[in-house]
Amino acid sequence: MLNMRKVCTVLLAASALLGSALAASAATQGLDNAERRDPYYKPLEGKRVVFVPLAMGFDLTEGWAAIMRRQAEDLGYTFEIRDPNWSTDAGTRAITALISEKPDLMIIHNPDVQSYARLLKRAEAAGIKVLQVNLESSYTTDSYVGADWVKVGYIEAKVLADKCGPDTSGKIAIMQGVPTAASNLYELFAYHDVFDKLDHIKVVSEQAANYDPAKARAIMETVLEQHPDLCGVVGNWDNQDVGAGAAIQEAGKSDQVYVVTSGGGTTNGCENIEKGLLDMIVSYDVPLQGDILNQQIVEILLSDAKAGEIKNTYYTPLTLLTKDNLTPRNCWSLDDLK
Amino acid sequence: MTSGMRLSQEGIVAALAALLFVGFSLTLSNFLTVNNLISLVRSVSILGILGIGMGLVIISRGIDLAMVATMVVASSWVLSMVQSGTPLGWALLFGMGFAILVGAATGILVAYALVPAIFTTLAMGLIVYGTGRAYLFQVDVQNAPSNYPWFSFLGTGNVLGIPMPIIAVGFLALVMWVLLRYTRFGRFVYATGDNILAARIVGIPVRLLIVAQFILTSLIAYAAGIIMSSAVSSMSTRIYNSTMIYDVLLVVVLGGISLSGGRGGVRNVLVGTLLVGVLLNGMTILDIPYTEQNLIKSVILLFALIIDSFINPRDEQTAQQQQGDI
Repeated sequence: MLNMRKVCTVLLAASALLGSALAASAATQGLDNAERRDPYYKPLEGKRVVFVPLAMGFDLTEGWAAIMRRQAEDLGYTFEIRDPNWSTDAGTRAITALISEKPDLMIIHNPDVQSYARLLKRAEAAGIKVLQVNLESSYTTDSYVGADWVKVGYIEAKVLADKCGPDTSGKIAIMQGVPTAASNLYELFAYHDVFDKLDHIKVVSEQAANYDPAKARAIMETVLEQHPDLCGVVGNWDNQDVGAGAAIQEAGKSDQVYVVTSGGGTTNGCENIEKGLLDMIVSYDVPLQGDILNQQIVEILLSDAKAGEIKNTYYTPLTLLTKDNLTPRNCWSLDDLK
Repeated sequence: MTSGMRLSQEGIVAALAALLFVGFSLTLSNFLTVNNLISLVRSVSILGILGIGMGLVIISRGIDLAMVATMVVASSWVLSMVQSGTPLGWALLFGMGFAILVGAATGILVAYALVPAIFTTLAMGLIVYGTGRAYLFQVDVQNAPSNYPWFSFLGTGNVLGIPMPIIAVGFLALVMWVLLRYTRFGRFVYATGDNILAARIVGIPVRLLIVAQFILTSLIAYAAGIIMSSAVSSMSTRIYNSTMIYDVLLVVVLGGISLSGGRGGVRNVLVGTLLVGVLLNGMTILDIPYTEQNLIKSVILLFALIIDSFINPRDEQTAQQQQGDI
């Protein structure tokens, strides 16, 4: 018995020794981790991803594209851009052509909630997966990565509701972007939900500037003439609302009128806060959105699910940029991303 | 140019503007204030500047559809050069050089290669915009520099309470009026517009004249861009994709400068611009939604054109001209 036990101990000791020796040899040789790496890298190679933005050449799309392109080169799938240059018509044609070309994934930036909805449905029927970015269509597809516009709207509206309390005139101007765009529709819902419940808040103007700073400027000038005691402006996009800010600054009312808007957090936007043209930007952080897009691209390309089977939503975190936190971490420039 | 009995289009538009003006003054409480009137004129001042430039080429039977492209690209280039460290003075000179180059190229194509202005400038607009986007700057919104007070003054300053953009329109209108009315250049422009063959036969250097006009128009577009970028503290090349060029054409044609050339003057542009200004200002005060504003604007413009075609029907001479009217 004793002997038997001794033998067992020796055997155990020996096997333990052998095991550690094996482990030691692995530590010197390394492990290829092929069972995890191969299923990640191999299926991605040669896949085709196409991005249809509103247009290239502006901060948001250039930022996302720079980040997505970097990962595509790294992982060996192709990344193409079809640039409709602000034309919904050209975008529709691009998507129609893509549906017959059958790429593995389309990344769509919607000009409004309706225009591409049918096409996205067709793409799904044709087995093409669709990832929507920052401006969603009324049709839900495999994934949406972007700001939660209703939440952006609530944040903006509540900031103004605080700034324009009962001791002020309570007069607020809403500066819309493109009336039919997702950002505009969802934000507008939140604004009205907040403002309509507060007795001291009066919405004195609700005009659309169509993303054009010069138009925003002209509207704001007229509004300031009508309501010299204006308390706040809630806008749709920093690139547009800088025009409203310029009109306010020129009227010498920068201290009286609080301008809150949203944007991608570029250095341009931050500069405009520094100059006092804007007071707050609710930033949806383009570099972060780019990273999340990359994650979603990989997840969708690797997934066995059929197009449209899974419907992911990822609302990107928001940062409130004011004069106090204009750090390099919060304000990015295109050169940083390239 | 207008006989006493016959209502000119300019008269109709002026009457329409006056009617709206009185209407708004009576119904909107803060419409008839000095400040609102200043902001009214100011909001259409860029349109006015572009309209004066467009008016010049249209009088000589040309058209320049590249104006908005030249405006946004030249001024965006200037801003982007300043951002990367070029002194503003030099950047402005380069921008001016670019505008001159565009104008000269257009003029040469129209005058010497005899390509119709409408096609030349349509293509030139795309070329200018494409060149800008591909080679001259990275992103389509450029911030204006804040460390040059005199640059900010161009768009946001006041002289005797009058904003600089209005002074710029006024100055340009005066210069153009003198140029068209009292100089040989101006008379030649009308002659060319009226009948280019006759103008050539009597010895007017029509080709040089056409090149000079396009350069001048291009420079005016550039000036509008600089004032605009100073006024809104940035420049967005997206304006090229907007309907601005049609708005410019509208104020010119609406004011009564005929697309068949040889008629009209600076006053027509100013009247057309004012009508659009009164309309936009009133509708903004009334807080009319964007799409309805566009609808109302178009209906009023169409209305003015219909009245015009009743009062001044197309005549035989217009019909016989080489290019017809557009």
